[in-house]
Amino acid sequence: MLFAGIPRSPALTEHKALSIRQNDRTDALPDFRNLGVVARILLVVNGAALAAALVRAQGVSEIGTQFFEIVFWVEPVLSVILTVLYAASALLARLRFAAGFLCTLAIVAALTLAMSAVQSLLGRTPDWSGLLYGVALAIALAALLLEYFRVRRRAFSPALAEARLQALQARIRPHFLFNSLNAVLAIIRGDPRRAEGALEDLADLFRSLLADNRQLIPMREEISLCRQYLNLEHLRLGERLQVQWTIDPGAEDALVPPMLLQPLVENAVYHGIEPGLAVGAIEIRIGLAGDRLVVALSNPYYPEHQHRQGNRMALANIRERLLLHFDVEAKLDTGVDGERYRIGMVMPYRRAP
Amino acid sequence: MTPLRVLIVDDEPPARARLRDLLDDCQAEVPNVIVGEAGNGPEGINLLCSNPADVALVDIHMPGMSGIEFARHIQVIEAPPAVIFVTAHDQYAVEAFEVNAVDYLLKPVRASRIAAALKKAAAGPRVTREVFDRVDPQPRRFLSVNERGRLTLVPLTDVLYLKAELKYVTVRTPQREHLIEESLARLEEEFGNLFIRIHRNCLVARRLIRGFEHLDGDEAEASWAVLLEGCNEKLPVSRRQWAQVKALARS
Repeated sequence: MLFAGIPRSPALTEHKALSIRQNDRTDALPDFRNLGVVARILLVVNGAALAAALVRAQGVSEIGTQFFEIVFWVEPVLSVILTVLYAASALLARLRFAAGFLCTLAIVAALTLAMSAVQSLLGRTPDWSGLLYGVALAIALAALLLEYFRVRRRAFSPALAEARLQALQARIRPHFLFNSLNAVLAIIRGDPRRAEGALEDLADLFRSLLADNRQLIPMREEISLCRQYLNLEHLRLGERLQVQWTIDPGAEDALVPPMLLQPLVENAVYHGIEPGLAVGAIEIRIGLAGDRLVVALSNPYYPEHQHRQGNRMALANIRERLLLHFDVEAKLDTGVDGERYRIGMVMPYRRAP
Repeated sequence: MTPLRVLIVDDEPPARARLRDLLDDCQAEVPNVIVGEAGNGPEGINLLCSNPADVALVDIHMPGMSGIEFARHIQVIEAPPAVIFVTAHDQYAVEAFEVNAVDYLLKPVRASRIAAALKKAAAGPRVTREVFDRVDPQPRRFLSVNERGRLTLVPLTDVLYLKAELKYVTVRTPQREHLIEESLARLEEEFGNLFIRIHRNCLVARRLIRGFEHLDGDEAEASWAVLLEGCNEKLPVSRRQWAQVKALARS
């Protein structure tokens, strides 16, 4: 639909190629470093253990002992597997889906075999047939889980596409576009070079808006996009707009959802700078705290201007995309602190390759 | 033909520059002269008091005072300029303008459109204050007082109370009193969130109410008075309004 206005066929084939590649990408292994993924694996495996206990138990009184017997065997294996998958997550993600799938199963099989062998040798007399049975069970369960995560991702991918559309709608604020074009027109005669630069910034900004916004990008790119956006606003608002950046070393390498920061900066200008007669400052801090990326943004607060539309939509959109990308590990908070409006975001720090 | 006197009011310097260029471009078609440029509404009103203009090109979206509020205020001065609004994108306002035949230009502005609007403004009938009142969805932030030809703006946040007297309304601020020609009922309607009626002829600022005092006098109508912060007058509360005022004081 987005490309409906493009008449030439090369563009259409390009679009087709792009969408095929996108479908390819939707099938991927889960991120084993994600808390939500780990929690789901624990839940399913322990659920399976409980189910097995129910089947094996002769009476109600036996369920507990059966369950603990199974769990006693399963839990050490599971924790070693999760640790190894956590460490290998980045490597696995680089493989094609089928290869990654098989590799994960191989890891599960090998670790289950090794761990069970160790456990059997330490404990009772070895029970080799039971051991093979256990390994087969582990492989089946792992395959089932991977398939579950694949289907879940598929189910979410329309949501991601939807989020991208919403991002577009929330992003192209006509007010900004027309005011910027008007400002560029105003300087074309007097300062053609500056006008050129401004149109280039505008083009880059719209290219980013129209890009496939589903893959994570380095924070560096998002920051440079924000700077281009701010250049345009500076042209219009002049000295009234002041911006202070504080960026921790390393924070620029973090992987973040595209269009994470720019809508927030645009909101800050719209709600915090434009309604003010005096000079106003926007503060942006991008820092690292342990294995988390922390983003804080603040702008002057004008309570009487909160009816101006757009704010909640952009925030809801970013929240949704954080959830889609990082599940429960990311959060976004907003609040008013004296005369400033503040937004805080925390998400896992993933370093760009 | 005497050139049309034009005032430009826009908070963005490049937007003003653009209007300047375009006015110059359509000089041959509509002779014009820029009598002033302002970066906000109050500044524009100040300029107008000393430099009369025939037409004002006014951005809608400005800090402090919107362009539409500016248009509402300047109707008080003698021979106000015809107002042409300029806006980048404001669905609500544009619809209201269409309905009420108020002229407007869309940013980016074109020279041909500006020339047509100037011609129309020079010839056409003036839009009345009532129309601008109707077009503006927001309560004003200021009251405009015409004092010996000068237009004074009184921020609503400075007003202690509004009291109807004959055909005028007294606007009381901590410093002084002003007289405006507006109806108390309309003021109550517009600023109901800021003021409460305590008497048939009086509205007081809600946030400044500090307490009540019993009046011992034998005045039949009023037996309680409101005390306002920053004001040592005792304003009588009518029996009719007492229940409502008391409820507000409780909350």
